Amino acid sequence: MNAPIFRRAASAGEGVSRRQLIITATAVGGALMVGCSPTDLLAAGAEGETGPFGAFVRIAPDGAVTLVCKHIEFGQGSHAGLAAIVAEELDADWSKVAWEHAPANAKLYANGGLGAQLTGGSTAINNSWDQLRQAGAAARAMFVQAAASRWNVPAGEITVKDSVVSHAASGQSADFAALLADAAKVAPPAEPTLKDPTQFTLIGTDRVRRKDSLAKSTGQTRFTMDVQAENLLVAMVAHPPRFGAKVASFDATAAKAMPGVVEVYEIPTGVAVVANSTWAAKQGRDALSVNWDEAKAETRSSADIAQRFRDLAAGSAALEKGEEWQGFETKGEVAAQGGGLAIEVAYDFPYLAHATMEPMNCVAQVDGNTAKLTFASQGPTLDQLNVAKIVANLPGAIEIETLPAGGSFGRRANFQSDFVVECVQIARKVGGNRPVKLVWTREDDMAAGYYRPLVHHRVRVTTDAEGYPNTWTHRIVTQSIMKGAPFGGGGVDETAVEGAKGSPYLKATPHVDAQLLTPDAGVPVLWWRSVGATHTAYVMEHTIEQLARRAGQDPVAYRRALYEKAAAKRHLAVLDLAAEKAGWGEPAPEGWTRGVAVHESFGSVVAQVAEVKMENGEPRVGRVVTAIDCGTAISPNQIAAQMEGGTCYGLSAALYGQVTLTEGRVDQTNFDTYRVLRHNEAPKVETYIAAQPAGTHPTGVGEPGTPVIGPAVANALLALTGEAITAQPFVKV
Amino acid sequence: MAITLDVNGKPLTVEAAEDTPLLWVLRDELGLTGTKYGCGIAQCGACTVLADGAPIRACLTPVSALGSAKITTIEGLGGDHPLQQAWVALDVPQCGYCQSGQIMSAAALLEQSPKPTDEEIDGAMAGNICRCGAYQRIHAAIKVASGQAPATASPQTDA
Ligand code: FES
Ligand code: FES
Repeated sequence: MNAPIFRRAASAGEGVSRRQLIITATAVGGALMVGCSPTDLLAAGAEGETGPFGAFVRIAPDGAVTLVCKHIEFGQGSHAGLAAIVAEELDADWSKVAWEHAPANAKLYANGGLGAQLTGGSTAINNSWDQLRQAGAAARAMFVQAAASRWNVPAGEITVKDSVVSHAASGQSADFAALLADAAKVAPPAEPTLKDPTQFTLIGTDRVRRKDSLAKSTGQTRFTMDVQAENLLVAMVAHPPRFGAKVASFDATAAKAMPGVVEVYEIPTGVAVVANSTWAAKQGRDALSVNWDEAKAETRSSADIAQRFRDLAAGSAALEKGEEWQGFETKGEVAAQGGGLAIEVAYDFPYLAHATMEPMNCVAQVDGNTAKLTFASQGPTLDQLNVAKIVANLPGAIEIETLPAGGSFGRRANFQSDFVVECVQIARKVGGNRPVKLVWTREDDMAAGYYRPLVHHRVRVTTDAEGYPNTWTHRIVTQSIMKGAPFGGGGVDETAVEGAKGSPYLKATPHVDAQLLTPDAGVPVLWWRSVGATHTAYVMEHTIEQLARRAGQDPVAYRRALYEKAAAKRHLAVLDLAAEKAGWGEPAPEGWTRGVAVHESFGSVVAQVAEVKMENGEPRVGRVVTAIDCGTAISPNQIAAQMEGGTCYGLSAALYGQVTLTEGRVDQTNFDTYRVLRHNEAPKVETYIAAQPAGTHPTGVGEPGTPVIGPAVANALLALTGEAITAQPFVKV
Repeated sequence: MAITLDVNGKPLTVEAAEDTPLLWVLRDELGLTGTKYGCGIAQCGACTVLADGAPIRACLTPVSALGSAKITTIEGLGGDHPLQQAWVALDVPQCGYCQSGQIMSAAALLEQSPKPTDEEIDGAMAGNICRCGAYQRIHAAIKVASGQAPATASPQTDA
C-alpha cells in the first residue's frame, strides 16, 4: 500500500516564473483554456509516465496485479470495489490483487465527475466504473494477444481465469507472469471489449472484501500521524480563539525554554512551535503567550446567527447588502391557491464538526520552490494548487504521497487546504527539505471550523381534499459552502438545496415556491458526509410524516401515493423492500416504535425503518432495516459496512451533535463536550440491496446511508409522543 | 531521565521527562505507532494499551507511574490473536484509526470474561469511540472471537 516512488518532475525547481503560476491558477476557474484542458494545466510539471497497462493497472514480474487507486482510502473501503472492477474485466486472481494510492496528477487521475483529483460526493465507484472496466479489459486483451501470438492460435479461442491464460484446443496455458513481457509490448486496444455484465463472476459477490483489514487490525497501517523520518520535526500551532483574528504579538521565551523545542515561528494562521517530539511541541505550544488582534474576528454567538436566520426565513429581518433570495424550485401559483393551512413548521440545525478519529495533520518538506507532502490528501489537486501558491511552483510539481486517512467525512477536502497550507508555511520557515509533521490536537481540530453549516428551514404546506400537498413554500437560510470555490460559483449553491430540490414530494406537489438565502458569517463551513442531505432529508421526511398523520394515513402508504404521483420508481422499490423486511404493518416488538424515512442522495436511494424507544430520557435506537438502490452492487459487504457506519454517523449528529459559539468562541473542545455515538448506543443495521438489472451503472454508497436515520428516528418519536422534533440535536446536553 | 519499561515482553529504556504520557513514549521514542492519539483526555480509547492485562489510557498515564507493569500494545498481540482473526473475518475496520484501541479494550474484556454477554461488551467498549461507526461489527467480532458466534457470519444480507 506504500505509494510508488515517482521521479521528481524535471520542471520542478528553478525556472518557473510567477506568471506561469498565475496563469495556472486562473485556468482553474475555467477562464483560460486555449488549446489545453484545466487538468493539463493543473498537471503541468508532473511526472506523466505510466506503465504498459496504463495509469491504473500495474502488473509485477510475478504476475500480481495492483490497482493504482486515484481515490483516497479513508474508511469507505472503495478500494475493494475499484480493484474488483479491474479484476473482473482482467479475469485476475482476486486473492492476489493489491492496491495503492495514485500519486498526485490531475491529468491522469482526475475524478471524472469533478475535473480535479479529488475523492468526494460518493463518486469513487460511480466515476471509475467505465474507466476501470476499460483498463481491466484492455490489459486482458493484451495478455490474450500475447498468448495468441506465442501459441499461434486465434485470440477468440483464448480464455482467461484467475490470472491464467488458456487455449483449450491446444491444451496450452500460461499465467500472467509467464506472458508479462510479451503482453507489455502489445499495443493496448483503444476500445477494448467489455464483459457482458451477466457473465460477471466477482462483482456483486461476497468475495469482494476490503484488502486492508489485517493491517488495520494489527496497528501496521501507516497514517499521517505515524510518519517518522530522520530529522523529523513536530509542529503545533497556537490558533486564535475566534475566527478571523490574527496574531498581534507573542512572547516565546517560555516556549523556547521547554526541552525539545527547536524554534517558534509566526505564520499566517498563528504561532507555530517546532520541536523534536510531539509531547515537546505540545508543551512548547502551551507555554506560548500570544496577544490576538480581533478587529476582524467573528464575535457573534451561534444563537445570534441562528436567530437572524430564523427571522430572515420568517420575513421579519431585513436583508443586508449582497443578500438575495434565490429560487431553486418554482412551479404553479402558490399565492393564487386558497385552501386551509395544513402545516407551517421551522427547523434548526447546528454547526457540526466532522471530528474524524485522526485529527487533521500533515507532513511537508520544502526546499526553495519544491515541496513534497506525505499525508492523507483527499483533494490532491486542490492541495497542490494551494501549496503551489506558497512555494511559487507549478501545481503539478508539488509531490504528494497519499496515505490512508483516519476518517474524513469531507473534512480533508477544502478549497483552502487549511491544515496543509499551515504545514507548508511552517516547513518553508524550517526549509532545507527537513520534514515537518504538523499535529493538531483534538482541541485544535474541534475549534478549527469548516463545519457543516448552521441551517434554518421554514416550510409551509397546504393540502388538497385528500390530504396531499397542494402548495409547498420552502425557505432555506444557511451559509454557502461553495462561495469561494475555484470552480463553479454563481447561481444557487446546490449543496445547500440538494435533496429539497428534486424531491419526489415537490414533484408530486402542483404549486411550489422554494428559495434559498445564503448570508455570510465568519465561521468557515464545509461539506460534511452527505452535505445538503444532512438537513434537507430531515426536513422533507419529517414534514411528510406530519402531513401523513394529519391526513390520517399510514406513513408508508402516504409516501407510496406521492412516489406514484412523482413516478419515483426507485423510491417506491426501496420503501417497499424496507417495509417488507421490517415487518411494517405488523406490531413492533414490545416497547419499540417504528419510524420510516426515504431519501435519495449521490445517485442512490435509501429507505430505513428504525425501531426506537425512550430509555433514561433519551432515544435509544435498536434494529434499523435499510434498503438501498445503488445500481450494480460491487461489494455487498462494503455496501453494508457503509450503511452501518453511515447510519451511526447520521444518528450521532441527530441525537447529540452540535458545535456552538459563545461570542465567537467555540464552546466544544473535545469528546467530553462534543458528544458522539458510542458502542452501547449503536443501532443494529440490516442492509438489503435492491437487485438491479445487470450492467446498471453503480451509484454512491459512502454518504447515502447518513441522512436517513435522523428523520426515521424523529418519525418514530413523533408516533410515540405525538410531537414533531424541529431542532437537532434531539438530546440537549 | 532514563526510564525502563516492560513493553511487549521486552525491557526498553527511554529518555523522557517523567510526566510524559506513555502514549508519546510508545509512539515517538519506541516507534510503536499502532497505539493512536485521538483525544488526549481519556475520552476516546484510541490509545488503549494493557498494563498487567488491564486496559489503560496511555494518553493520560505518565511513564513514571508504570513501575514494573507489563505493557502490551497492539504490536504485542501477535497478529493472529482470536480477536484479530475475527476482526479480519468480519472486515471490522473502516478507516482503522480507532481499531488498535478497540482490540486492546476487547482483549482486556476477554481476559476478564471469556464469553462476555452483550451487556458486558457494551460496558467494556463504551469508552472506545469509532467515528466510522464500526460498532456493530466490533460487537459481532467479539462474539466470534469468544466462540459465541460462527466466523462465517456475514453481516449483510441481499434482497
Ligand atoms: S487518546 Fe487516550 S483516550 Fe483518547
Ligand atoms: S474505523 Fe474509523 S474510527 Fe473506527
